[in-house]
Amino acid sequence: MIRINLKINGSIHTLDVPPEMPLLWALRDKLNLVGTKYSCGIGICGSCTVLVNGNPLHACAVPASAMAGKEIITIEGLSPDGSHPVQKAWNDEDVPQCGYCQAGQILTAVALLARNPAPSDEDIDVAMSGNLCRCGTYPRIRKAIKRAAEYASRERGAS
Amino acid sequence: MKTTEQKPGLSRRAFLKVVIMASGSLMIGVTKASTATIAKAAGEPWIPNLYVRIDRDGRITIVSKNPEAGQGVKTALPMVVAECLEVDWKTVHVEQAPLDDRYGRQVVGGSRGTPDGWDDLRIAGAGALYLLTAAAARKWSVPASQCIARNGSIVHRPSDRSARYETLLDIAAGLPVPDVSELKLKRRPGEFSLLGSFVPGVDNPKIVTGQPLFGCDIRIDGMLYAIYEKCPAYGGKVRSANIEEIAKLPGVTHAFVVEGTQDLTGLLPGVAIVAKSWWEADSARRRLRVTWRSGHTDSTIDYDTKAEGLSREAGATLRSDGHVETALESAKTVVTASYYYPFVSHANMEPQNCTALYHESGAMELWAPSQNPKAGRILIAETLGIPENSIRVNLTRIGGGFGRRLVNDFMVEAAWIAREIRGAVQLQWSREDDMRHDFYRPAAWHHFTAGINDRNSMIAFDHHFVTFGKDGRPASGAGIPSGHYPAGLVPHFRLRRSVIETNVPTGPWRSPGHSAYCWAYQSFFDEVALAAGRDPLAFRLDLLSKSYGKPPLDLTRTRATLELAASKAGWGRKLDDNRGLGMAFHFDHGGFVSHVAEVVADGSRVKVEKVYSAVDVGPVINLSGAKNQVEGCVIDALSTAQLEITFANGAAEQGNFDNYGLLRINQSPEVECHFLQSDNPPSGLGEPPIAPATPAITNAIFAATGTRIRKLPLIRSGIRI
Repeated sequence: MIRINLKINGSIHTLDVPPEMPLLWALRDKLNLVGTKYSCGIGICGSCTVLVNGNPLHACAVPASAMAGKEIITIEGLSPDGSHPVQKAWNDEDVPQCGYCQAGQILTAVALLARNPAPSDEDIDVAMSGNLCRCGTYPRIRKAIKRAAEYASRERGAS
Repeated sequence: MKTTEQKPGLSRRAFLKVVIMASGSLMIGVTKASTATIAKAAGEPWIPNLYVRIDRDGRITIVSKNPEAGQGVKTALPMVVAECLEVDWKTVHVEQAPLDDRYGRQVVGGSRGTPDGWDDLRIAGAGALYLLTAAAARKWSVPASQCIARNGSIVHRPSDRSARYETLLDIAAGLPVPDVSELKLKRRPGEFSLLGSFVPGVDNPKIVTGQPLFGCDIRIDGMLYAIYEKCPAYGGKVRSANIEEIAKLPGVTHAFVVEGTQDLTGLLPGVAIVAKSWWEADSARRRLRVTWRSGHTDSTIDYDTKAEGLSREAGATLRSDGHVETALESAKTVVTASYYYPFVSHANMEPQNCTALYHESGAMELWAPSQNPKAGRILIAETLGIPENSIRVNLTRIGGGFGRRLVNDFMVEAAWIAREIRGAVQLQWSREDDMRHDFYRPAAWHHFTAGINDRNSMIAFDHHFVTFGKDGRPASGAGIPSGHYPAGLVPHFRLRRSVIETNVPTGPWRSPGHSAYCWAYQSFFDEVALAAGRDPLAFRLDLLSKSYGKPPLDLTRTRATLELAASKAGWGRKLDDNRGLGMAFHFDHGGFVSHVAEVVADGSRVKVEKVYSAVDVGPVINLSGAKNQVEGCVIDALSTAQLEITFANGAAEQGNFDNYGLLRINQSPEVECHFLQSDNPPSGLGEPPIAPATPAITNAIFAATGTRIRKLPLIRSGIRI
């Protein structure tokens, strides 16, 4: 066991973890932050995506101990009331079917929109192709990202 | 999962019951004679099949009794109550029911949630409204006929007085309950205001903020985490395992052998490792050394050889109409082709898991993402030898079902481990456990011969189906009903069946059977149309114009979907040489669906650009949920068309998404969905759109490339997507 400090959703958490324990399991089993989902465990499906310093990262494939000093945002910390433009768009387009992969989809979309506020279909396909959805919500993910871009643009205009 | 015909009208006798609760809330329930009798006999408080509760503060609560696996039932069914109760959807709260026999059937499967709930939900809503209207009429001493409901209030039109529902509860509770036959139930799309509109899912706020909802999200104080290692060759027993060494590894609290049973759908033999975190349990597993005892060596190569041998034999005749052999001899043209599709996995994004809490009293409580929790409770009771009434099962949201979670092996494993450690445990399967211990959609071979007459119509159809099973009987999900089309659509028809013995577990996979064999039929129809020199649409409309005996499907409704999909796709329009349209129709689980797919090819690489879908499932309840199911089914069909599970030494060879690569967003088509909103009773949509999507796509691939897809996955026919 090693003791580490992780900055998650703006708060510092001190926890004891086995040195190799992936961030995913530190979140889920040590901190009870269960919004980040396990699915493949080998970093290819995107269900466990979190934001690390603003970039999407597969939490199943990196040790928690390597994340000290970094800004980690999980789905719980995006905005607790669901008011982030991507969360609003995801609800309004009714993207989820089973909903299991959607935390990872949403955070990947957040990172895309942060660097590309008006992505094309192709931009979306490239950015989102690391996130699997077994229910086939892909057409709605495309629509929701465009809607989120509109919401964000309106918010920028209003402020 | 059986296909059931929906009968119009109220098929079962329902009763309304009204209770004023201590809190002053009014509960209006619907029950069936059978469940009311159960409750009475057991001396338990009465729980209706479903209910509406109106609180003093105007909050409306509707219980959702079925598990939610992404099919949208938790949103769509309460919408029906809200529609009939004339309330603002925003004031409605939906509560997930636990497993309780008094609710009746609590299963996700067979697209039955909507048709089963339709009557009861309308009765609950209309019954509540009837009482509230009568209460307002009594309050004002006016005839009820002068009162109407508007957005949560009863309005007396002549005087313009109005009263919110929550102010009428006490009076309503004292009124005689109407007989169900007195209620006027809406049924036509034209009568609806909420139904048919686009309503986001009730769990969306929790999903987009990552709140606990799913089975694997359950956390209990002191809970431990478990993995369960089973023999890769199904049903193998543990000969020996290094459990003493495993028990000493970091974080591990328990390691033990489970003898298990020989039931492939129950508690298989294995080794349980329990630890303080799942990762520690799974890390310990990497050091686990088990010697298995198993005699099973099934392999895909062996299956291929057996199938080839069986295809030369006659097989068992399941149905014979007319004189198929004579008709083929005298036919103008005879077409022969063979089709093969592989085993496929359900690949739920949420790997199987279950949380179980063992109480010292011997009672158990479980949190299970199960599509059929009652069957899970029975399995646990029988396997652990404990009374069923000592087991409480809570239903969690399900991260993808598709039929996999109709089998409850993961529930009984969790229960066994919890009792062994005398505490709380969450069993979480790894992705590899999930893919290697699935109940696969079985592979099959279809050998077809069709005869065409001098008017270019198909008049004879001879079909030899080589499938999988045990003791000569098809395994779960491996059969074809003998009345399936084109039986009944041609005068001369024969269906023969041969069975390959297998030890591989099979089971229902989204639209069981249909989602596999529809592809073979509808692809071959295109081949017959081509040989007859006919357009695939004209050929199909001709086939659907006449039946011999009882029609195998409603011809009028089927033709209407086919014509609508063709018209929306611009069937017959001029296309570039590397572009193609393909079509297919189908009927299953009460729904009629046709698709036209548009594909563009670059050599052997194809892109499915767009699919035009025409659907008749009666009135659409939630437009969003309905379209979601159509879009999802089309994408599932394309995804699955490029996948296969193969076996060697009795075990599955694929274990994760690296070699079982689900479709990604960049490969995903646009889906344009059109509904024919008839006033037939509604049927479910989780299944009907998938079956015809696969052949519509492969027929379009043929149109674009000239390559006829007779083997799946697509790569076996030389096509990549």
